Amino acid sequence: MTTLHTVNKSPFSSSALDNCLGLAKNGSTVLLLEDGVYAATAGTKSAEAIANADGVSFAILGPDAQARGIEGKLADGIKVVDYDGFVDLVAEHDKVHAWL
Amino acid sequence: MKLSIQINEGPYQHQAADSAYQFAKAALAKGHEIFRVFFYHDGVNNATRLAVPPQDDRNITQQWTDLQKEHDLDLVVCIAAAQRRGLMDEDEAKRQGKDANNIAEGFRISGLGQLIEAGIESDHLVTFGA
Repeated sequence: MTTLHTVNKSPFSSSALDNCLGLAKNGSTVLLLEDGVYAATAGTKSAEAIANADGVSFAILGPDAQARGIEGKLADGIKVVDYDGFVDLVAEHDKVHAWL
Repeated sequence: MKLSIQINEGPYQHQAADSAYQFAKAALAKGHEIFRVFFYHDGVNNATRLAVPPQDDRNITQQWTDLQKEHDLDLVVCIAAAQRRGLMDEDEAKRQGKDANNIAEGFRISGLGQLIEAGIESDHLVTFGA
C-alpha cells in the first residue's frame, strides 16, 4: 500500500515533517505545501533529512515555493508539481495522510 | 477518481482554505468527481455569507458558492462546529431562537456522519487544515 503524506508546516516551527519521516514507508511520497515548502530549502537540516530518507519520494507544490521566493533554492531530487500534479499524486497513491 | 475534501481552517487564517479550493478546482478540471466537501472546526467559518472582504481580494466563500453552482458540489458544514461559532441556517436559527442566519448559498449544515460517509464512499479523502 502506498501513501501520499502532505506536510503543510515549516520544519522550523513544527515537528510535522520529522513525525512524518519517522513513519513514512518505502514507496510513499511526501508532498510539501504551504509553509511546508521551507523544508526543501538547500542547506537546511530538513533538506538533509529529506536526502537521507531512502525509499521515500519528495514533491513540492511549485506555487507555494514561488510565493515564498525559494523556487531557486531547492535541494536536489525534489519534484516540483502544480495543483494538477497534486491531484495526480493523490490518484497515484492508495491513501492520503495529512500531517497537520 | 471519486474525491472528498475536509477543510479544518477558516478563511484568511493561513492558507488551507485557499489550498483546498485550488485543489478542488484542479481536480474538477481534470474530470474527477468530488463527492463532498466537509467544513470542520474553524473551517465552518468559510460558509458565512456576511463576510465582506476588500474588493481587490479574493472572496473565499463566494468562490465556493460559484464552484458549487458550476459543479453541483455538496458543501457540508459540521453542525456542532457551526453552533459553537455562530454559523446557522434558517431552520437552526428558528430552533435556537436566534434573530438571524448567515449560511451562504450552496452550503448546507449537517452532522459528522456526512464526513464518515464521505470517507467510505470516496477513493480518497484529502484533508486541509491548520
